[in-house]
Amino acid sequence: MSLTLQFVPYADIESLDAEERIEKILSIVRGRSVVLMEGRLKPQEEAKLIQTTMSKITKGFRGIELCTIYPEAKNVDLFKKLKRNFTSMVLGDREGITLIGPASVVKAIRKDPDKIQLFSFNLKK
Amino acid sequence: MIRIIRDFVQRMFHQFFSQKKIVKLGLYGPPNGGKSTLANRITKDWLGEKMSAVSHIPHETREVHVKEKIVIKHHGKELNFNLIDTPGIATRIDYEDFMKYKMSKKKAKQRAREATKGVIDAIKWLDDMNVVMVILDSSDNPYSQVNITIIGNLVARKIPVLIVANKIDLRKANLKKVESAFPQYDVVGISALKGSNMEELYESLFRVVR
Repeated sequence: MSLTLQFVPYADIESLDAEERIEKILSIVRGRSVVLMEGRLKPQEEAKLIQTTMSKITKGFRGIELCTIYPEAKNVDLFKKLKRNFTSMVLGDREGITLIGPASVVKAIRKDPDKIQLFSFNLKK
Repeated sequence: MIRIIRDFVQRMFHQFFSQKKIVKLGLYGPPNGGKSTLANRITKDWLGEKMSAVSHIPHETREVHVKEKIVIKHHGKELNFNLIDTPGIATRIDYEDFMKYKMSKKKAKQRAREATKGVIDAIKWLDDMNVVMVILDSSDNPYSQVNITIIGNLVARKIPVLIVANKIDLRKANLKKVESAFPQYDVVGISALKGSNMEELYESLFRVVR
């Protein structure tokens, strides 16, 4: 059995509200694929994603592993910061990437802080 | 300079309007970080009694526990608060993990069911908090998404945060790593189990609550 990564571009979620975004992500994850999403969810959306995940836990779906990589604004001058904030405000928060995988497939996602490692369970044929 | 002026104005505003306000102080974090051990330490220090059951098995706290009217007196200052011990926030709950602790399948499934509800409730309670201490195991990787999600939600709700790096008595504890993961927040290292550094915790709490 292979590990499937499904790319979700920001354009695909841009017009969706929080609940629709979460439904879309969870429908992919519950199909045993790992979501590789452009951009990130808002903190409130992440919390809602965790709550919705918990409400859907069954014998076959045991939750998710979640990780966001976001460029930190280290050593960035004020002009660049303002430019970044303005771009986020106009175009949405499409910086960074988010990985979300089913707990039955993804054992852990470890961030440390510049690299990201995804550990999967042994995938048998 | 701007920070100093802002802090001064906030302090004056709070002193003027909230002299005897009872603060709702929440303990949040991933499972097994030591939230209930810290809750017990605080209530033991100031009320002489414990408030929560503790266990090495994750998700021992599956309901929100509230201890009302705790008064901390520290260097002439006084803080009145209700302490809220919440279930650990996790993104995965697998009943088979509990069976590794020699729990029967039936009990493990029951615990998993209660734990999922506990996570949902803990997040619901976030809106009610005035101040939150995020309790992390300082021997674990601090960059976990659960930690980042909790702190992100507190910032979005403008709730003051104190990060507590617990279990500093463990050999693998790394306080510096926790501090470098959250450079913009107050981080205090303690051992809730041994009662180490509690003075600094209370002092930091006064600073954060103001």
